[in-house]
Amino acid sequence: MKVAITSTGKELSSNLDPRFGRAPYFIIVDPETMAFEVVENAQNINLPQGAGIQAGKTIADHDVDVLITGHCGPKAFKVLQNAGVKILTGVGGKVADAIEQYKKGELDLAGEADVEGHWV
Amino acid sequence: MIISIASGKGGTGKTTVATNLAVSLGSEVQLLDCDVEEPNAHLFIHPVFDLTETVTTPVPEVDMDKCTLCGKCGDICQFKAIVVVGETVLPFEELCHSCGGCMAVCPEDAITEKGREWGIIQKGHRNGIEFIHGKLRVGEAMSPPLIKKVLSYTDPARLTIVDAPPGTSCPVIESMKNADFVLLVTEPTPFGLHDLKLAVGAVNILDIPCGLVINRSDLGDEKVKEYADQENLPILMEIPFDRQIAEAYSRGDMVVDVMPQWKEKFLELYEKIKALVEH
Repeated sequence: MKVAITSTGKELSSNLDPRFGRAPYFIIVDPETMAFEVVENAQNINLPQGAGIQAGKTIADHDVDVLITGHCGPKAFKVLQNAGVKILTGVGGKVADAIEQYKKGELDLAGEADVEGHWV
Repeated sequence: MIISIASGKGGTGKTTVATNLAVSLGSEVQLLDCDVEEPNAHLFIHPVFDLTETVTTPVPEVDMDKCTLCGKCGDICQFKAIVVVGETVLPFEELCHSCGGCMAVCPEDAITEKGREWGIIQKGHRNGIEFIHGKLRVGEAMSPPLIKKVLSYTDPARLTIVDAPPGTSCPVIESMKNADFVLLVTEPTPFGLHDLKLAVGAVNILDIPCGLVINRSDLGDEKVKEYADQENLPILMEIPFDRQIAEAYSRGDMVVDVMPQWKEKFLELYEKIKALVEH
């Protein structure tokens, strides 16, 4: 089981980044052991377009089962959905707290993209 | 000869001037409405359209029976418009710049081109005036390629009047850059003057002769005239703030139909432009 959280830093104590496509890091955690790896998303931060698509691919390529983030746009949502990744949106605070909330079943599954696509 | 009718600020009267000038001059003219994001000249010209052309751009279509999910298409795409994820390939047509890279690198020949509709061109006529406009599909981000398509109908045998979009960005430059003369329509307000200066800056870079029409000229202040003096910009016509003109506009009527004395003034305007171009 792999859970990915969009993060502003490289630790479980870092703050969750509410953006999906342009979050600097993804922290991928095994919620049972709390073992985690940090995946950099730096290459996407300055893309003029398609950051969400590329971030979605990164998540899919790491065989992630669940993504916890703040917001998810339509193109990223489509990529993640096609990869069979469950998306939990509307989450903030510390990465570790988000995982605890997830384990208690307190987070909501996103039914659709919650923000519009954006252009530069 | 091509006359582009532009303005920095929107709503100054470009379409009023373009349509009335075209109708005053009659059948020698073609009118191209290049404001493809919200064309409105047809509301006054009431043309009969006899040709509608769908404009498409090529985007990739993937044959999943041939695809081996190698991912080369996604690697070469500079616009993240195609991505291999899980057991499928997702093209994002609205991000595609139609370069054909994905098709060229696919080792399985699984990618072919299909046309994505992104606007239409309509051609029609009224009283011998040829009328062409483009309509961009709602939601599209880029209009200059469709504007180019509208301008490709330019007939060198006729006098071409181009109704440009407002502003000073790419769509406006596209609509002005091949013109022999740019007629800038402005109004004597601080906003009118501010945006006029930007438009004059753009026209100067393109090095095209230009002149002004001041609309609602008896409102506001004298600052537009002072600016025109200082920049040596000829004021070729002034249109007062007149209830009859506003009423005609609101009904989709032509000023020259409702107030025939204006036809003479628009013909005079054309003579002044001709003199400046031939000068």
